[in-house]
Order: sequence, then C-alpha cells, then structure tokens
Amino acid sequence: MSSQQGFTTHSGTACPLDQANVDTDQIIPKQFLTGVTRTGYGKHLFHDWRYLDLHEQQPNPDFVLNNANYHGASILLTRENFGCGSSREHAPWALADFGFRAIIATSFADIFYGNCINNQLLPVTLEKPAIDTLFKQVEQAPQTLITIDLEAQTVSAGDTRWQFEIAEHHKHNLLKGLDAIGQTLEKQAAIEKYEQSQPQWL
Amino acid sequence: MARTLYDKVFDAHVIDTIEGDSLLYIDRHLIHEVTSPQAFAGLEEKQRKVRRPDRTIATMDHSISTRSLALDACGPQNALQLQTLQKNCEEHGIRLFPVGHQKQGIVHVMGPELGLIQPGMTVVCGDSHTATHGAFGALAFGIGTSQVEHVLATQTLKQSKAKSMLIQVDGTLSQGITAKDIVLAIIGKIGHAGATGYVIEYAGSAIDSLSMESRMTICNMSIEAGAKAGMIAPDQITFDYLKGREYAPDADFDAACEHWRSLHSDPDAHFDAVVSLHADDIQPQVTWGTNPGQVIGVSDPIPGPDAFTDAVAQESTRKALAYMGLQAGATLDAVAVSHVFIGSCTNGRIEDLRAAASIARHGKVDKSVTAIVVPGSAAVKRQAEAEGLDKIFIESGFEWRLPGCSMCLGMNDDILGAQDRCASTSNRNFEGRQGRGARTHLVSPAMAAAAALRGRFTDVREFGEQQ
Repeated sequence: MSSQQGFTTHSGTACPLDQANVDTDQIIPKQFLTGVTRTGYGKHLFHDWRYLDLHEQQPNPDFVLNNANYHGASILLTRENFGCGSSREHAPWALADFGFRAIIATSFADIFYGNCINNQLLPVTLEKPAIDTLFKQVEQAPQTLITIDLEAQTVSAGDTRWQFEIAEHHKHNLLKGLDAIGQTLEKQAAIEKYEQSQPQWL
Repeated sequence: MARTLYDKVFDAHVIDTIEGDSLLYIDRHLIHEVTSPQAFAGLEEKQRKVRRPDRTIATMDHSISTRSLALDACGPQNALQLQTLQKNCEEHGIRLFPVGHQKQGIVHVMGPELGLIQPGMTVVCGDSHTATHGAFGALAFGIGTSQVEHVLATQTLKQSKAKSMLIQVDGTLSQGITAKDIVLAIIGKIGHAGATGYVIEYAGSAIDSLSMESRMTICNMSIEAGAKAGMIAPDQITFDYLKGREYAPDADFDAACEHWRSLHSDPDAHFDAVVSLHADDIQPQVTWGTNPGQVIGVSDPIPGPDAFTDAVAQESTRKALAYMGLQAGATLDAVAVSHVFIGSCTNGRIEDLRAAASIARHGKVDKSVTAIVVPGSAAVKRQAEAEGLDKIFIESGFEWRLPGCSMCLGMNDDILGAQDRCASTSNRNFEGRQGRGARTHLVSPAMAAAAALRGRFTDVREFGEQQ
C-alpha cells in the first residue's frame, strides 16, 4: 500500500519453511484471487499445503505453519527464489495479513520483491551459509528471537549478526512509509513535458 | 557508448531520477479483472484520476468461462470481479473489450493483434506474462497491483536498471520443433531463476527466422527463467506484422519504421551474461517436475535427486517426483495423460492452433483423454474457424471453446482434479496450478495434440511426413 507507517526495526520469532522456489500459486492459490479488496487473504495463505481439505477445516499437521512451536512467528525463513511466478500482489497481502512482517530468504523473484516493498513487508536476502545457520537455530530453538534492523541493514540471532543488502530507494521507502504516487504526482510538469516530446504515432 | 536494445528503450523513457530510481514513462498499460480492482479502489480513496485513459486498455480473460458468455458462468465472485472492471472502465473512460466483444481476448494475445504494441514502447500489465510484448522490441514487464495504481495515476513507474543477458540461438530447428521447445530448452539450461535480475535479449539466426507469434511464445516465458523482461530486436518481420493493424501507425508508418530500425543492440554493446544454444540440438521438450526449469527431451530419462549436488536441489527433485507421481530413470513417452489443454497467452495464437490441427487431423483423441482447444482471442477464433481448424479439432474429439485464460490457471470453470495428468501448452507447471493435486506437463501445441491422439507423451516427429 502506498502510504503507511515506516519500517525501522522488527524483532520476532521465525517460521522455517525449508523449500526452494516457493511460487505465488503456493502462497495464495488462484481460487482466492477473485476478491476486489486487499484484505482477508491471510486465512488462505499456503492453502494447498496448510489444509488437507478444500474448505480449510482440516489443518495439515505436517505443514510447518501448523506446528504449534511456530505459532506467533512474524518472520518467514525460507530458501532461494521465493515468490517466483505470477505477479499477484495477493501474495504479500496474504503473508502480511497472516502476521508476517519480514521474509528472510536466499533470494527472491523480482516482481514479488517489489510487491513486498510496496506493502511494508521487508524482504531480507542473506547468503546461503547464514540461511543454513538460521534454519538450524530456528529448528533447534523455535523461540529464537531474530531482530532485523533496517537502518543498520542487519539481522541478529543470539550472538550472530549478518549484514544484508537492500537498494537505497527501497530502504528509504520502507523507512519512511512514503506515498509513492503522491511523490510522483509532484513531477507532473516533467511528465507533461515528456509527453509533448513523444512522436505523434504513439 | 555502445548500448543494448534494453538500454535504448529504457533511456528513451526516463523522465527523472528519484532516490536513485528512474521514473519511466509508460506508453501502454494493459489491465484485466484480477489485478486491477484494488488499484482503482486506491485511486478512489485518494480521489485520484486515471492520467491517460487513452493509453490504458482493458480486457476480460482470467475469471471468465470459455463455455459461456455469461459473466456469472463461474459464480458470483468472478461475476463481481468482472462487473467491477466494467464499472471502473466506464467511470474512468477506459476502452474495455468485455466477454463477447469481437476484440476480446487474453490480454497478451489481443494487445499485439490490435497493433497496440509497437517497437520501442514501454508496456506494463498486472500480469507476469507481460514479457510477451518484448517480441516487438518493446520493454514489457509484469507489475503488482500497487504499481498498477501508480501507472493509472501517473502513467509512470519507478524502476531501477536490470542487468542484461544475451541469449543467442543459432542454427536450424528440426522438423516439428517449435518456439515453445526453444524457450523450454533455454529455461532448462539456465534454470527457473537463471535470469532473475536480468532483462534478456534473444538473438541469433534461429530467432531471426521466427514469426511474430513464435517470438511472442519465447518472450512470454522469460518470466519462467526469472527475467524482468525478454526482448527481440524488431525487423522486417515485425514491421510486416504491424502494418495495417488497427492501432498501428498509419500515415506515420514509414516514419515509425525508420525510428524502429534504430532499435537494436549496438555491435559492441556489453551484456552482463551471454548464453548460447544450438537450435539443431533441441528435442521436443516436456517438463517432468513442478517448475518450468525441470524439463527434458521427450525421450530423455527423468533425472533423480542424485543428478544434483546441492542438497536443496536434491530435495526439490524428490518432492517434485513425488508430486508428479514419476520415477527417476523412466522416460516420459511411456506416461499416460488424462487431459490435454491447448491455449493460453503462451500458445493460444493462430500459428499454435494450426500446428496442433496439423497433428489432430490424423486421428481421434484417445478415449482416455479429455482435450480442449481454447483460442487466445476472439480474432484467433474467427481466423481458425475461417480456416476450418475448428472442424478438424471437433472431428478429432477436441472441445472447441470461447477465448480466455481457461485451464492455464483454473481461475474459472476449467480446473483439473487431483492426480489428473495434463499435457498443457501453458507456461507454469507449479503444484496445483491447474487444480489442487493436478499434474501439469508443459509442451508445444503439436506435442499436446500428439499426446491427445496417442493418450501418452509422444515424440511429435513420429508423425513425420503426416504433418
């Protein structure tokens, strides 16, 4: 969403989803894309994996989100190429609505990454050894508190701290929670000037 | 400085720089019912207008039935979404091609065929397969709903520059091998995330000789390699395709062509990555797993976890084989299919239907198979019917449908059941994509038709001269 409170630091426990290439069809399957609002998708998050039935009455006990040890987790820990596939923004809407504030992964798909930034859901990319260590810690001690400091670009768990990269403009937008459209509308004159310079056939 | 095609199109659209990001002007904005309602609601909330309704074009494709023209044919939720698009387009003065309209179609099929997409344009849509339009030498990419709202309000988008990748495909394709096989072979080679962070330019003699329809099939699946966009430099084939189309330049056509001819990578332009493939080596491709990078030639053995050194890839393979109900070491040509889907923004164009019909006319759909053909647009449907392709399909035992996204993603009444196995000309074989528990194998239209007739995956070249 375009205008929100900024993201500065976040501390919470993590849910370990140990899979690579988690696509947006898994995050939120197509039958839930018929809505016309941005809310209410959290209950359908990871539907096919999370429930044994189509009506979401029987939780799948083998799926990590249903493991009582990870209830209340606000950070999703996962593997490479998270969020690949469809551009559906319903994916970050569902993750945020469920209660996640940040996702830590080895890598993200491009469109999903941008969609997270636009929804104040922080995507954190760490190297594989760091991800392996975090998985080990979180699997051994589910209550491990993880702190993400966006200003300092660090992730800390126990005695370990890792640095992460994020583009300056993404960081700025997350920290300030700016209204991106409002910002661009201030450039109206430049947009008009550009339009006047375009060839006639466009 | 020498520039790539991507550099040229990108640079020509930079209006300003904000926080190190470029503000790009957007020439065409395509919208559909699924990813736009929340964007319009956002505008309404802030009392903002659509800046350029004349550059915004809407169609209905994802949530519609391909059996009926009724908006509520797939239930009240889908109907509400379609009506919401209708209302939003009316309120903001946006051209909409609704169900039943002669210009309606899958957004990435109807846009190009109307001449709306031209070389050097920036094109966006709330749909990841927007990459399709790169076939015209446009910079085209999928965006999320917040970005749809941004483009509606400002006709611009903030973008940072991606890295560039050249994919060079030289040589000659064997008989029966198509653009779909090329792009699947590319994704198989570089991997499902192999182009993440890149814009791809496809080049080489095998690409140059392709029709616009085939080029669209290749660019369409750029996202399946993780790429931001895929582009092909425009040439005479592109210009000939555009000439005379409704929204293509008319009086200005020659002036436009002159500009379009400058849209190619300079000979010494730098690419951050270069990948080469030989067209002659490409076999008919079939995916075996649950992402498009898990693909092999139809007669190759299915890989097992031990084919990979990385533990994460081994686990992905194990999981994919279990979901797909396949054994490592077996070949796919022995695997029976229960469904065949021919259509989608990847393979729902006239050339695709001709290729499928050239196989279909030689026999009947196997009695164990349900097979459907879904034209990508109303115009494709009319053309196919004028050529008698519909009759070939119907006589062979295929269902002949109305245009729409249909079974590619099953947001409608074309949805598979658990353990159904589908030879599909669509673009994604993710778990559950075509229905919970359903197993999708991506193939070319000819391979899909061959699977329908034989009831199992078959090397289309077995049909040999019959084609």
